[in-house]
Amino acid sequence: MSYAVETRDLTRVFSGKKKRWWRRKPTPDEEESLGPVTALDGVSLQIREGELFGLLGPNGAGKTTLIKILATLLLPTSGQALVAGHDVTKDPFPIRQRINMVSGGETSGYGLLTARENIWMFSQFYGVPSKVSKARIDELMHIFGLWDKRDAKVRMLSTGQRQKMNMIRGFVTGPDILFLDEPTLGLDVNAARVIREYVMNWVRGQAGKTVLLTSHYMAEADQMCDRIAIIDKGRILACDTPANLKRMIRTETTFQLEVDTIRDTTSFMSLQGVKNFSHKDDISKNRSHLTFILEDEGPVAEILSSITSQGAKVHSLQKSEPTLEDVFISMVGRGLD
Amino acid sequence: MSVATERRTDLRYRVGLNLRAVVGRSYPRIVGANREPSWIFFEAFLPLLGIAAYVFIYQFFGLQATAAILGNPPMCGDHVCASVAEQNQYLAAVNANTNALIASVVLGGTMVAFWLNVLWSMASQLYWEKEIGNLQLYMMAPMNRMALLGGMAVGGMVMTSMRAVSTLVAGIFVFGVIFQVANPLLLLAVFFATLIALYGLGMMFASLYLLWGREAWNLSALMEEPIFFSSGFYFPLGGLFRIPGWGPAVAIAGSFIPASIGLDALRQLTLGSTAFGGSLWIFSVTTELEILVGMAVLFLILARYCLAYLETLAKREGKLTSRHQ
Repeated sequence: MSYAVETRDLTRVFSGKKKRWWRRKPTPDEEESLGPVTALDGVSLQIREGELFGLLGPNGAGKTTLIKILATLLLPTSGQALVAGHDVTKDPFPIRQRINMVSGGETSGYGLLTARENIWMFSQFYGVPSKVSKARIDELMHIFGLWDKRDAKVRMLSTGQRQKMNMIRGFVTGPDILFLDEPTLGLDVNAARVIREYVMNWVRGQAGKTVLLTSHYMAEADQMCDRIAIIDKGRILACDTPANLKRMIRTETTFQLEVDTIRDTTSFMSLQGVKNFSHKDDISKNRSHLTFILEDEGPVAEILSSITSQGAKVHSLQKSEPTLEDVFISMVGRGLD
Repeated sequence: MSVATERRTDLRYRVGLNLRAVVGRSYPRIVGANREPSWIFFEAFLPLLGIAAYVFIYQFFGLQATAAILGNPPMCGDHVCASVAEQNQYLAAVNANTNALIASVVLGGTMVAFWLNVLWSMASQLYWEKEIGNLQLYMMAPMNRMALLGGMAVGGMVMTSMRAVSTLVAGIFVFGVIFQVANPLLLLAVFFATLIALYGLGMMFASLYLLWGREAWNLSALMEEPIFFSSGFYFPLGGLFRIPGWGPAVAIAGSFIPASIGLDALRQLTLGSTAFGGSLWIFSVTTELEILVGMAVLFLILARYCLAYLETLAKREGKLTSRHQ
């Protein structure tokens, strides 16, 4: 089996800010936040060549740190990371020839250059001949719907247009392995769809192309990825196909409720039979959306009683098939939002 | 990788890759920066005002000296002129020295553009690139890091040369400066050696600024005005050596900036080594050229090692990729 990416017991600790005599003495709270942070804690992963692999985790879970180590931008504290069979610490050059990375909300490039010039400039750092680069850029600009903006200065582009430009920058160098860190973050539905479709076709339409994708959008990961790893607090909690992950919690029951906004949600976890729970507040509608992962239907009555005892009205109650989000809540103990 | 594309790693490929990277990185500076016509006002016209201040001071001194020579009694230095011939000789010397001083200022003002570009656009560029998110994309690319710095330097040199030439031409026309170039090849050699040494220094600073981050701004501010003085941007640096006490110390300190030595050589080559009675030059042109070549090699080597060391350090500490880390 040939792996595009392989990590073995990978750990990364950020040492925190050093105390300097000229800096103000930190408060106890600040002291805690300035201390060492373990961003990755013994991560072992194998991503197969030709795979579209997803990494799901809440903010601060270690997703970006992992991608940056794999992109040779950060050294691991311990453990080993291999990309295309090469060690990120000892042999970064052949890795850099084969990879590229695009992050959501990226503001790279120079505002005075046009979109086309900007992408061309980055392609030169990979040694792509100008003629080849310009032909690829034109083709990708047509595909991503950016052709009309090819000669617009980067600073005049909207967020979505800029992200499309970033995506083209990622593909134009002809990488074998592409790291996509929240690539559709903040994009409208159409722009996100164009990007998703292109990424899926890119991986599946040709041999030897691999994508490591991190996303906040569970549905996106579910739709796109061959396999998904769930990461939290620097540890991999599960890694399998979306279908197998959902199967893992099929013995459990998922209930979704829409209720008036409720203040006290702590009591739900103490109810017998509640395995996990998450909630989202919709302030504009004065509603709360609650998701319960239950061992069986038993606790539903108690949940409803707990809600009504707070004076809140139940607007809807729905039993649902497990989604990736349910898997996530079941494992992490909270939703992504 | 079994299916993935085979990649070339031979020397020819690497040379091509790094040359493309140099061209790519210099492009925004050469093409992008000239897209805004406002540079003509800010970077060609405004520096003329700074130059004009010194020109008017030197013209005033020249007029005062001329008035003394033509006065009653006519003074030739510290004594009354013995003859009309001596008086004319002194008048010619005053005119020549005034023109030489004004020409020195125009040349120095031109070189200021390069120093400011090195200080604010070259030295602090990697810090800026980090802030806007470009640095991690550069560091992830397979190009050599020196190609990145080289592209920044080439772009900076070309862009600033356009501005400097504009300032020089405007200075010549506005202030009526006369240059006499006897050895244009040597002049070009000194000019390019100065630029390479100067930008080599900038490349070295760029690496250090990456480590110091925002605190490096103070260093840039510290090195702006004092260097104008200690490097003799607006007067022949040899003049400082003639000030007893602190003068030579300041001049020696300023000479570590390649612009000082380069400017001294350029002035000798454009004004003639006999200007100012030949007493205000530091070394001969050939010696200064040798020093500049030495500085260029030294700074480029130091820049190479500084960047390699600091890149590893930044990757270890997590400072390379994001301003938040």
